Amino acid sequence: MSTTQFPYLTVLVLVPAIGAAVVALVPRRAVSQWFHEMVGLVVAVVTLAVAVAIAIQFKTGDGGYQLVSDHVWAKDLGIRWSVGIDGISLFLLLMTALLFPLTMLGARVRRDPRSFVAWLLLLEAACLGSFVSLDLVLFFLFFELTLVPAYFVIGGWGYARRGYAAIKFFIYTFAGSAFLLVGILAVAFIHQSQTGTLTFELPALMHTHLSGTEGTLLFLAFTAAFAVKTPVFPFHTWSPDAYAEAPTAGAVLLAAVMAKLGTYGIIRFDLNLFPQATRTLAPLLLTLAVIGIVYGALVACAQRDLKRLLAYSSLAQVGFIVLGTFALNSQGLTGGVLQMVNHGLIIATMFILVGWIYQRRKTWQVSGLRGLQSPAPVLAGLFTVAMMASIGLPGLNGFVGEFLVLIGTFVAHRWWAVAATAGVVVAAVYLLWAYQQAFHGEPSDEDAKTPDLGWNERLIVAPLIILIVALGVFPKPVLDRIGPSVDRLVIHVDQVTHTPLPAGLNPGSASTPSPHRVSGSALAGSTLPAGPPRAGTTPTGGTP
Amino acid sequence: MSPLGLLAASSSATPTIHVPHVDYLSILPMLIMMGGALALMVASSLFRKILTVGVGTWVASAVSVAALVAGLFQWDQISTHGAQVTVAGAIAFDGFDVFIQIVVAMAMLLTALIGDGYLRREGVEGPEFHVLAMMSASGAMMMGAANDLIVIFLGLEILSIALYVLAAFNHKRAESGEAALKYFVLGAFSSAVFVYGIALTYGATGSTNLPQIADYLSRNVIASNGVLLGGLALLLVGFGFKIAAVPFHMWSPDVYQGSPSPVTGFMAAVAKAGAFAALLRVFVSSFATARTDWQPIIWGLAILSLVVGATVALMQRDVKRMMAYSSINHAGFILLGVEAATTRGVAASLYYLITYMFLVIGSFAVITVMSRPGDTGHQISDYRGLARRQPLLALAFAVLLLGQAGVPFTTGFLAKFEVVAAAEATRAYVLAAIAMVSAAVAAFFYLRVAVTMFSPVGSVGDLVDGADSAGGGGRADDRAGDGGIGDDRAGDGPGAPTSGGSGAPVSSLQVLTDAPPLESVTERGPVAVPTLTWLAIGLSVGFTVVFGIIPGPILDFAHQATLLFA
Repeated sequence: MSTTQFPYLTVLVLVPAIGAAVVALVPRRAVSQWFHEMVGLVVAVVTLAVAVAIAIQFKTGDGGYQLVSDHVWAKDLGIRWSVGIDGISLFLLLMTALLFPLTMLGARVRRDPRSFVAWLLLLEAACLGSFVSLDLVLFFLFFELTLVPAYFVIGGWGYARRGYAAIKFFIYTFAGSAFLLVGILAVAFIHQSQTGTLTFELPALMHTHLSGTEGTLLFLAFTAAFAVKTPVFPFHTWSPDAYAEAPTAGAVLLAAVMAKLGTYGIIRFDLNLFPQATRTLAPLLLTLAVIGIVYGALVACAQRDLKRLLAYSSLAQVGFIVLGTFALNSQGLTGGVLQMVNHGLIIATMFILVGWIYQRRKTWQVSGLRGLQSPAPVLAGLFTVAMMASIGLPGLNGFVGEFLVLIGTFVAHRWWAVAATAGVVVAAVYLLWAYQQAFHGEPSDEDAKTPDLGWNERLIVAPLIILIVALGVFPKPVLDRIGPSVDRLVIHVDQVTHTPLPAGLNPGSASTPSPHRVSGSALAGSTLPAGPPRAGTTPTGGTP
Repeated sequence: MSPLGLLAASSSATPTIHVPHVDYLSILPMLIMMGGALALMVASSLFRKILTVGVGTWVASAVSVAALVAGLFQWDQISTHGAQVTVAGAIAFDGFDVFIQIVVAMAMLLTALIGDGYLRREGVEGPEFHVLAMMSASGAMMMGAANDLIVIFLGLEILSIALYVLAAFNHKRAESGEAALKYFVLGAFSSAVFVYGIALTYGATGSTNLPQIADYLSRNVIASNGVLLGGLALLLVGFGFKIAAVPFHMWSPDVYQGSPSPVTGFMAAVAKAGAFAALLRVFVSSFATARTDWQPIIWGLAILSLVVGATVALMQRDVKRMMAYSSINHAGFILLGVEAATTRGVAASLYYLITYMFLVIGSFAVITVMSRPGDTGHQISDYRGLARRQPLLALAFAVLLLGQAGVPFTTGFLAKFEVVAAAEATRAYVLAAIAMVSAAVAAFFYLRVAVTMFSPVGSVGDLVDGADSAGGGGRADDRAGDGGIGDDRAGDGPGAPTSGGSGAPVSSLQVLTDAPPLESVTERGPVAVPTLTWLAIGLSVGFTVVFGIIPGPILDFAHQATLLFA
């Protein structure tokens, strides 16, 4: 927790940001045509290296914020450059840092690669910035900033209805964030009226006393922004359009990384700031999540377009994350956090593969493809792995996350878990059905000529496939790091909702979160009917 | 004492007129601006031949820089010796005043730079443009410094009358004249209302001096305060007109569209700065005790401006009209700071004003260079493919538009953040929420222009609606000239039949004129951007981005620029 060490997180955000500026400012004619893409790739790889260094620095077993650095940014406004990570954000950082270079390699564009790479790097900086921010306004800045590059990527390199999709995406999310900003300010001013200091730092604000109504309204304001971004069921209508019209890179990053900003926001801010309201309104969000799971799966069944199918399947998958989150217990939350990473890896693989199918066959229509398995066995094999992971086949990462989520939910809210399980079944239906259509059968003449994946392409998806398998077989290192932070969060929620602290105790402990770190087992008995708090390791210990 | 001071002292020898002590530093920027304008005007009538547009530009720039420097001296004086009231209580010499002086002088500098290229292109001779602009700027400065309702009125009139003429400046365009006439008639009417408001206020409180009014109101409880409230209401109407708050905004789209583009930017920035300065001083400091009476009205005005500005701008096809409605939306945001009526609110409004000044003048600099000769070609579709032809210009415009939309890491975001924070600090959550939602709506039309710039010529499906296909007709409309402003509005409504491709609102007038064929409409070469205009655009973009990332200096400035009586 010392602030004098090497500022890893600041560097992590600044490297892609500076890279974006460099790429944008070097004129196209001055250098060879590969220059910008090369620089972009190098910057993304350096960012990945920094992220890996952060993972090495990360202390397992510490649930608090690590690698914190804190500087004044806008004094009069009380905004600070306050960054730090815990187990919840660590793997999101790693996933983000990994997906960007792979996307740059796997989903290159022909037209104006310079601007494209610059936007991607800016998007990376903004996404990483959101995941590390501990200051609410700083988070909001990055959260909003993601819109700009995403908007230009969709609008500039997308397909036929890109303009429509880009604007719809921007306006939906911008409107959601409007409430978030109002909510952030409201929390800060309520905190100021209680303590006398204006701050936007999460560790301080999480001890703000909110009345029931205030908490509920603020929870709704925050959740509006996150629900749009995730997307949670009734706010999802922008996502099929955006995913379908975006270029492959845009779809990958929207679904795999930016969607996680929403779920991450819920976990990081809703649960920390409004535990009472979260518990009160959990049934509502659980219901929406279940509706999203079932509805997304059913609508995905009706899709004939592979990208739209993935978009709706994504809606169903993120439903699981929300479900696990609002189970509000260790298993559910751990599963939710893990599922964020899993879903990112799986959906990225699938969008990249579908992008390559489009490159070869110029179509996303399932009906236009037939028997791709015989001319392109590797493509088919990799697609199968990703698909099986998405369905939740034991031994692949999707299973671990979904299983934990369902356990957690079952313990807390039985019938929602039962309903969500139906979604798992339907997921198998639409994915296998689409796979059958496109890959099985006798290929037509055109399909028979589809080239298989080249070595470079195999290398690009290899890390993703390896991680999908590795996380499925041996998730322990990940769960060990997620666990303590999730426990801390669950304890915080339980403390506030079950045994409200006396009013006098609060402000003093505002700046040091560590005193609240009670050993997990002591409280586990009171919070959960089943199992130790870090139950994550138990169900997945054995290989299938 | 300076010779001027001695002169003033000697003239006070006459028994009937008492000339007060004048602290010249307190009004120095205003004097420089006004003196520059008068000197240039006199010189231009004496040396018509030598005084070209270029000379006017250099004089105006030098005068603006001098006023800026004087402003810095003032700031120094205030930070060492504190704020005070001078010139017999008519002028408030405080940080707030200096802030406005600097904003206006900066706006004048940028406008002088932009005006240069515009005047040369349009073939306008002589330095009158700069004379009028400087005169108008001095009026705005006076409004910022005024500590007396009469002085505010003086400033308002100096500001407005010069602006009326500036609006009509391009005598080759009928729209320009029409805009000026509309502006003049409504402006004169609102001035009359304003004066009547002063009269009623005087009747109710016995003074036109702002501190004295505040003093009177704090000492006395007026049992029947109809006259006072009437005066307040009329003052508010006068201000509402100048800041173009709904429902007093009717003039602004036509005037913004019809005025020469550099003038529009100047008008949006300077008239707002002056009027908001006076509004803040009058309401937040003088009528602070009557806060409960006027706050709900400002609340209503703010909401109306936010909502109407954002939604009606959505339907605009003409960039200048769009900017007019967007400016109404921005006025709504600044009203948030007024409504809060706190120190934080005042600082937020000031910060918003300086931010908006750079954003709007920079935007109009781009609009100016993008216009065709004769100041036409302001359809959104005219910006199609700009990113390919002139990437730097497109990028600059995109930054300015995104800044207005309030995207993070631009000053525009911090400005919105500030006013919303000020509103929420007084628990005006509903107002804050509506403001932010309106910002989301507003983002749509800024982005529409941005996406048009970044989409290639002739592509389909870029926009949500058929806005771009109306290009031909809209431009023919402008070329026709006689059609005037009224014609363009036919295309503004949502139900306008714009799908025809060659544009629907074709009247008999346009058929007769030499409207350019569609081919030449969609294909445009790169536009010439004069160096000085580049400088102005660069300053605006630089300010927006640099102080968006390093917000400290300007925020400090705004937060220290407090009102003398708050």
